[in-house]
Amino acid sequence: MITQRTKGRRKKAVAAAALAAALLATAACGGGGTDDGGEGGAAGFDAANNKVAQASEAKKGGELKFAGVQDADSWDTTRGYYGFAWNFMRYYSRTLVTGKAEPGAKGAEVTPDLATSTAKITNDGKTYTYTLRDGVTWEDGKPITSKDVKYGIERQWAQDVLSGGPVYLKDVLDPKGEYPGPYKDKSPDKLGLKAIETPDDKTIVFNLPAANSDFEDMLGMAFASPVRQDKDTKSKYGLKPFSSGPYKFQSYTPNKKLVLVRNENWKQASDPVRKAYPDKISLTLFTNANDMDQRLINGDYDLDINQTGMSPQGRTTALKEHKGNLDNPVSGYVRYAVFPQTVKPFDNIHCRKAVIYGADHESLQTARGGPVAGGDIGTNMLPPSVPGAEGQKYDPYDMAGADKKGNVAKAKEELKACGQPNGFKTTIAVRNNKPVEVATAESLQASLKKVGIDVEIDQYDGAQTTGIIGSPENVKKKGYGIIIMGWGPDFPTVQGFGLPLWNSKYILESGNNNFAMIDDKTIDGLFADYVTELDEAKKEQISTEINHKVMEGGYYLPFVFEKFINWRGSNLANVYTTDNYSGQYDFVNLGLKK
Amino acid sequence: MLAYLFRRLFAAAVMLVVIILVVFCIFFLVPRWAGVDPATMFVGKQADPQAIEDVRQKLGLADPILVQVWEFFKGLFAGRTYAAGGDVTECAAPCFGYSFRNEQAIWPVLTDRFPVTLALALGAAVLWLLFGVAAGVLSALKRGSLWDRGAMVVALGGVSLPIYFTGLLSLAIFSYGLGWLDAQYVPLEESFGGWLGGMILPWITLAFLYAAMYARITRATMLEIMGEDYIRTARAKGLREPVVIGKHAMRSTMTPILTMLGMDLGALIGGAILTETTFSLPGLGAAVLKAISDKDLPVILGVTLITSLAVIVANLVVDILYAVIDPRVRLA
Amino acid sequence: MTELSKSGSALGEPVKDSPAPTAFLEVRDLKVHFPTDDGLVKSVDGLSFSLEKGKTLGIVGESGSGKSVTSLGIMGLHTTGQYGKRKAQISGEIWLDGTELLTADPDHVRKLRGREMAMIFQDPLSALHPYYTIGHQIVEAYRIHHDVDKKTARRRAIEMLDRVGIPQPDKRVDGYPHEFSGGMRQRAMIAMSLVNNPELLIADEPTTALDVTVQAQILDLIRDLQKEFGSAVIIITHDLGVVAELSDDLLVMYGGRCVERGPAEKVFYEPRHPYTWGLLGSMPRLDREQQERLIPVKGSPPSLINIPSGCAFNPRCPYADVPKDNVTRTVRPELTEVGSQHWAACHMTQEQRERIWTEEIAPKL
Repeated sequence: MITQRTKGRRKKAVAAAALAAALLATAACGGGGTDDGGEGGAAGFDAANNKVAQASEAKKGGELKFAGVQDADSWDTTRGYYGFAWNFMRYYSRTLVTGKAEPGAKGAEVTPDLATSTAKITNDGKTYTYTLRDGVTWEDGKPITSKDVKYGIERQWAQDVLSGGPVYLKDVLDPKGEYPGPYKDKSPDKLGLKAIETPDDKTIVFNLPAANSDFEDMLGMAFASPVRQDKDTKSKYGLKPFSSGPYKFQSYTPNKKLVLVRNENWKQASDPVRKAYPDKISLTLFTNANDMDQRLINGDYDLDINQTGMSPQGRTTALKEHKGNLDNPVSGYVRYAVFPQTVKPFDNIHCRKAVIYGADHESLQTARGGPVAGGDIGTNMLPPSVPGAEGQKYDPYDMAGADKKGNVAKAKEELKACGQPNGFKTTIAVRNNKPVEVATAESLQASLKKVGIDVEIDQYDGAQTTGIIGSPENVKKKGYGIIIMGWGPDFPTVQGFGLPLWNSKYILESGNNNFAMIDDKTIDGLFADYVTELDEAKKEQISTEINHKVMEGGYYLPFVFEKFINWRGSNLANVYTTDNYSGQYDFVNLGLKK
Repeated sequence: MLAYLFRRLFAAAVMLVVIILVVFCIFFLVPRWAGVDPATMFVGKQADPQAIEDVRQKLGLADPILVQVWEFFKGLFAGRTYAAGGDVTECAAPCFGYSFRNEQAIWPVLTDRFPVTLALALGAAVLWLLFGVAAGVLSALKRGSLWDRGAMVVALGGVSLPIYFTGLLSLAIFSYGLGWLDAQYVPLEESFGGWLGGMILPWITLAFLYAAMYARITRATMLEIMGEDYIRTARAKGLREPVVIGKHAMRSTMTPILTMLGMDLGALIGGAILTETTFSLPGLGAAVLKAISDKDLPVILGVTLITSLAVIVANLVVDILYAVIDPRVRLA
Repeated sequence: MTELSKSGSALGEPVKDSPAPTAFLEVRDLKVHFPTDDGLVKSVDGLSFSLEKGKTLGIVGESGSGKSVTSLGIMGLHTTGQYGKRKAQISGEIWLDGTELLTADPDHVRKLRGREMAMIFQDPLSALHPYYTIGHQIVEAYRIHHDVDKKTARRRAIEMLDRVGIPQPDKRVDGYPHEFSGGMRQRAMIAMSLVNNPELLIADEPTTALDVTVQAQILDLIRDLQKEFGSAVIIITHDLGVVAELSDDLLVMYGGRCVERGPAEKVFYEPRHPYTWGLLGSMPRLDREQQERLIPVKGSPPSLINIPSGCAFNPRCPYADVPKDNVTRTVRPELTEVGSQHWAACHMTQEQRERIWTEEIAPKL
């Protein structure tokens, strides 16, 4: 009953927020305009997007203040799944390798962290060997050993206790699920996972049952962090993780506040990645996004930890008054409509293409928020931050070009080829808790009407995605010919993004994400090639090819390559976005001017 | 009086048990009937069926509902232990459940957040009683005057304008605009001044809404009471008008106001969601809102129970005060 | 009741600059009007009478005749009547023990209330504050006018409760109104009214809300107390029977005016107004069967906004056509002396009235 009441109030809140937006905009007038540009001021619009802003102004010390409306799902490196949490975890957690401390695409390349170098890969890409650096220590000064790394990774097997996080390493290292996890491990040292060997405290060897060329990318992520067995508080580890990085937990109250202070046992010399400028890192959680944005603009806080863009009214004010404090990075998400082949007539490629041609791409982009707040028109399915992506250069349906307002003639041709010259009827499934997605559904409905495709919109409970559109049986039963969704990469490779969407192996009875039901030998084959290919250039080539195959199949109608408008506090220095965390700022190297 | 007290206490206790049962059923049975497995809400995107089964074991969701209720009741008094997969989680009594979303026992969350909400509700209540009742009395006594009409127009505004409007407006003016108040919550133990600075706007905003309602109720009640025979009697005795109003009329006027106050305070303790959200106060309302978006059932359950408890306690207090004010109630 | 004509003024005419009267209470041309949205409610429209200490005046009339408003007017409580929205307009003179109340300082009048003049109300349950003990309310009434400590006042309260016949007064003093029976409540009310030895006691329908058996006890009590305290008493009632024995004088009100007044036995045994006949006829008597009441007052009381022209009683009067030339409907009858100290306002001649009374009315009573 509480839920319902809140929902009702929330709806009202949206209306009131719109009203308040005008007021806030007025109230903020008069204070702006002076702090743009110049020494000590904001660096300018998009100044930190894929480039470093004001690196020289970073000083040691101070308190870096994060604000946010969403706390991490867990600060346990094994359990967190939010991108911003992984990004933030680098403050207190190190991994064998990690993303480079460089802006844009370079940031997604792995660089040694705890390890002395990137992996020595042998045995046809099935054996990865690392040596740990000297002088790497835990927050109590004890050295970090290869066994700690192994134990930290093993925790991923204990899904019953440590639920929530991704299980990539488990899938790659132990696809049959033979290892029971460290808590049920019969061996006395709890290091019974056979795929990882630790011949000595400095060496760690990974033996993959089958090659996976993204394996090192996976090892660069937070869930590959070391955890010391005697400090493992199991399910409660996320409340106070034991630090291997430059900062350690001082206090944490979920959904309220998190404070990190310097870890005195971390040595700059042992860490080639982290600059660790501030003395203190704090995160304050808000319940009112507008309030938070206003306080960011006021300078009470330096940046939004969630990095998912400002609220509409904060954005309006900021764009008008403080444009120099904004960055407009690509989020890594592609927003799209997908056509399940199990629902007639979408089993026919021509009917799918009819929808693609019939859609008004510009109007869909507007529904998403326009070119700045929404993103560029999406012309294919590979996010620009993923290696092998071509961005708008690959536009097989002329979506950002001649046909950006839709091409009725071509759509009708495809309809004829599909055997439905007079159009057909179908249903769009859209989450009811995402107003922007509902807007895109309505836009699509309007433009498809012109080609004779009659569309009904079904708004389903957005909290029940898994059971409703994640069940192919239900999709077929409900006749969802078009599903509106979005997807972002867990890690920036074609595998991290597209495998669950396009590989036939990932068609699941529940929790399915291969909504299009793509069962294409060529695509499956390309993924197989990809995971065994170790050459970066060739990997990129395969990625491009997979993207092309998907687009040629006409399974998807991409809307936008999503962009965010993020606030960059005037006091921030050495700021840059990184593809490693989908266009977020690289938290761990942020500095303060004073 | 003592017998009355016992009767009320007993009724309150029975009520509480019934509420626990009902709330428990809502949270753990209804999802099951609706085909939603709470266990899936606790595990991640890529969880395999085995993990879901393990979580189900850990939460005791596989047990019959009666066992689950019994475990819950037992936990309230004796604490309970959640154990699965080699991980043991203690939840000390009074165990209102355990949030596996935040890895926290519910009781400490409640005790952490309850004082914020209580301070919000009580502080606002003091303000609205002071101003609402005073405005209502004045309006009633100067019925039809400019003051009366003005006050009632303001009151109408107060009743009609929602919290998020007045709240955001007050933030925009006093905090962002004029910069008089920081309007950010600071724990009382950190700084009294900071705490006060953070609470003033929420208090005023909340009090404005309620003061308006109380002014209207007070005015209406006062007008009715002033027509009562015993007010005429009081005047016939030769009492001064201030005594007639302040003593004889006010005591009767307090009865309906007190009834409202009990309900409002009780409801506010669990339902100051809008105010807490608008001002980012870390109270129960904000916690439950967060819990709802996280589908963190144990927290929702805990807050619901503590809210019910607050409503029951508030009503109990009102009942007792009622009996103190109105001797006729003691017989009932 | 004293002779009003002594003052040299005609009844109904405003009396200006007249000297202070010698009577203890004298009301001259009292008018109490309430402005409402529908028009001016003339609750009392030119009423004059006087009352000496130790005497009892009964004011009789139907509800809406203005008798209660008269008493509230004397007490200065008329502003809070049933038409409380707008201020009541009051004019005329009310002299109490040499002081004119309407022009006196309101605070002075307030000090007189409860001490000089006290009132007993119709329904003691609603007239007593439900949240305070009987004792508290009596103590309060006493301490307004007497600078004594609570203990003394409490002793006084117990003494008064004892005096009005409440058993175990030292215990009942701490009881609440709802714990008392109707009769006991009215006794307590009387105790409260008399606690300051007022010189004027106004009892507004003091027995209406009570059982018949209790009524007599209360009336006896009022009579005894009057003798003891020597106060002037006004008893207001719609029931002639209540006041017949108790009163020295009777005043019959209709439509906000006096239609007949005189010594009680005269008004009772030789009434000279058809309305008084009606009241007598509708009086319940133990020795008479219900159906034998031949002269009930038919119709309903007049609207106080549009009082009928001529004699206000004419629409209900069975003898309205007895006087010639339709005079009852055009000319308002003045009070004329119909006997010693006995006045009535009727267009019929003395002879006509005497004949109708002796031949038609009296035998049937």
